Amino acid sequence: MNKPTSAASAPAILNRDIKTIVNAGLKRRHAAETRFRWYGLIAVSLGLLFVVLMFGNIISKGYPAFWQTYIQLPIKFDPAVIDPQGSRDPKTLESADYAALVRAGMRQMFPKVEGRLELRALYGLVSSNAALELQSRVLQNPALIGAEQEIWLLASADVDTLVKGNIDRSLDETERPIKDNQVGWVDKLKAAGKIEKQFNTILFSSGDSREPEMAGIRGALMGSFYTLLVTFLLSFPIGVATAVYLEEFAPKNRWTDIIEVNINNLAAVPSIVFGLLGLAVFINFFGLPRSAPLVGGLVLSLMTLPVIIIAGRAALTSVPPSIREAALGMGASKLQMVGHHVLPLAMPGMLTGSIIGMARALGESAPLLMIGMVAFIVDVPKGLMDPATVLPVQVYLWSDLPERAFVERTSAAIMVLLAFMILMNGLAILLRKRFERRW
Amino acid sequence: MLKQKLTLAVTTALALTGAAYAQSARDYISIVGSSTVYPFTTAVAEQFGKSNSSFKTPKVESTGTGGGFKLFCGGVGVQHPDVSNASRKIKKSEIESCAKNGVTDIVEIVIGFDGIVLATSKKSKPMALTLKDIWLALAKEVPEPGTGKLVTNPFKTWQDINPDLPAKKIEVLGPPPTSGTRDAFVELVMDHGCKEFPAVKDLEKADEKQFKKVCQTIREDGVFIEAGENDNLIVQKLAANPNALGIFGFSFLEENLDKIQGETINGVVPNFENIADGKYPVSRPLFIYVKKAHIGVIPGIKEFIAEFTSEKAVGDDGYLSKKGLIPLPAAKRKQAAADANSLKTMTP
Repeated sequence: MNKPTSAASAPAILNRDIKTIVNAGLKRRHAAETRFRWYGLIAVSLGLLFVVLMFGNIISKGYPAFWQTYIQLPIKFDPAVIDPQGSRDPKTLESADYAALVRAGMRQMFPKVEGRLELRALYGLVSSNAALELQSRVLQNPALIGAEQEIWLLASADVDTLVKGNIDRSLDETERPIKDNQVGWVDKLKAAGKIEKQFNTILFSSGDSREPEMAGIRGALMGSFYTLLVTFLLSFPIGVATAVYLEEFAPKNRWTDIIEVNINNLAAVPSIVFGLLGLAVFINFFGLPRSAPLVGGLVLSLMTLPVIIIAGRAALTSVPPSIREAALGMGASKLQMVGHHVLPLAMPGMLTGSIIGMARALGESAPLLMIGMVAFIVDVPKGLMDPATVLPVQVYLWSDLPERAFVERTSAAIMVLLAFMILMNGLAILLRKRFERRW
Repeated sequence: MLKQKLTLAVTTALALTGAAYAQSARDYISIVGSSTVYPFTTAVAEQFGKSNSSFKTPKVESTGTGGGFKLFCGGVGVQHPDVSNASRKIKKSEIESCAKNGVTDIVEIVIGFDGIVLATSKKSKPMALTLKDIWLALAKEVPEPGTGKLVTNPFKTWQDINPDLPAKKIEVLGPPPTSGTRDAFVELVMDHGCKEFPAVKDLEKADEKQFKKVCQTIREDGVFIEAGENDNLIVQKLAANPNALGIFGFSFLEENLDKIQGETINGVVPNFENIADGKYPVSRPLFIYVKKAHIGVIPGIKEFIAEFTSEKAVGDDGYLSKKGLIPLPAAKRKQAAADANSLKTMTP
């Protein structure tokens, strides 16, 4: 029946056929489109899922590190221990045995504990930072001597981990870092309201330490700051000048082509290569010190330069030629044209590119391995020549330590690093939104 | 032209900064070397900085033992490090390269022991391993039972090696060849394990090179997985995979006893007492090396040595034993401290 028998009915049949063909295919095409949308949706949700998993994992591990367990102890600032002669000489006050005051406070809380091992376990509940805390209080206010006060002192990392619930109490005592008698004392202190969690200011105010409860990221933050300062001061002016010259002044010939290809290639060179270069040139040849933010900044600016140049050139090309022609038409010189008109219009784009380049430099650790910035540094750096480390390296170093309490601090340091990244990228977006002109 | 002038200016500026730095004496101790010794040296450095207000806290870089000696032997002068951490003894070739650069007087200090453990997840049944079993599991070529001819390692499960062991797949996570832990593992486990075979042992006299190759080459068919220098990562992988066996330092076992267990080797449990007694077969001494020429130039080196060899650091109840370092026996410790503090240099 569907076989055309006469020529007269052919168009009608053809019409009907097209309709059926289209109709028959329509369903398939709709299905293909729906499928394609689903693929896209699945891809996006998978991506989001991984982001959520990563952030969830880091935040859930890291947020407890922002709180720190403190133990309240009755401390008697015994003149016989601190200053037997009563001279109030700062030197005597500095070298006094403050740990003895902490031990006395502990014994006062638990008078029944006896025996060397038991007492050692008891004193182990409080961090060695406690003595330093008492020392600084006395040095600030010598009138404290002789007084008796209830003072919140830093608990040791094991107590902190226990209070945060990260130690399984049901395990056999030999398998936990904290023993049964210590758990008992902690529970007693807790019941008496002598244990509380306070905001962890140490994390932000002190340098690295081998005691988890005393370790902070301030040294790494300052190291990152100095390194990025050098990077910015070097790579931004040089990068902008290069971009302007190549885009506005340089003749288009084979040499500029070669330079352009090379810059594009440099942007893709693995960062460890820059580290090796920095080691050979800055440290071995120029004799600059290892581990200094100056060298770190030099190496990172080598890495950031191509990014800034490429972003700068893109920003310059997006300025319409009419602006240039108008300026030149009004009698401006080429330099005036660039300085007064093109560069200000391209600046937001250049800044955005630079900030993104700097954010990448902030997260970089591989090139710094080679120049000695992977190091344990307690003193917070005060200048470009002081030994320093940076945030991502601090994360790497902490993740490699055996103590369990460093796990949460590693995640906390990652959170701070991510916060800075988000801040910098946010600033780049803000600059673009506020100042960039679209043509 | 302008560009050349600019380059010249930058070069001179850099060179001047460098020179100015080289002239001004460094006022902190610079330490490089092994990542195994790093947790201990950093603890001492911190303690040293806190208890001596007249000295700055030393800077400790984690470069690996070999990388550390390379820097340490670079020469004498403030731009070169003062102390090098090592998880093995300094090699002859390293002493020679030191001497070539003028670094001749080196003080060697033994600080304690570190045990290397083979651990599995707590969820798996403990295995009683011997050095021989481990070698058979990991060597690239093993003697064929019966003939004694060397063949490519055919073993897939632990039961293939020893009927008393469980029938689970051989899967070992360990450090890469750049690691001092790997060197020590090869020396303490592989070298001893292979000597249990008469055929291989005879080779030692006949062809030492071939003997070394047979004993020390680890198989490359995916059974031994190089898991990087991060021991925490290996611990996490072990906890997730009950089949896997991990190789790392004792301090990581001690911190993670809730998740993993150390396997007995030749019937000895890896614990503090057994390693300290020397009963546990896989333990090695840890060292620091001090450049004598820098003493008096860089402030605080002598005091740092005194702190590092003091009873409160390396003693039986010292703070380093809490960090997982196994102390030397008391007599040896005394000797080491006396030698170190009198700055006795190594005899070449």
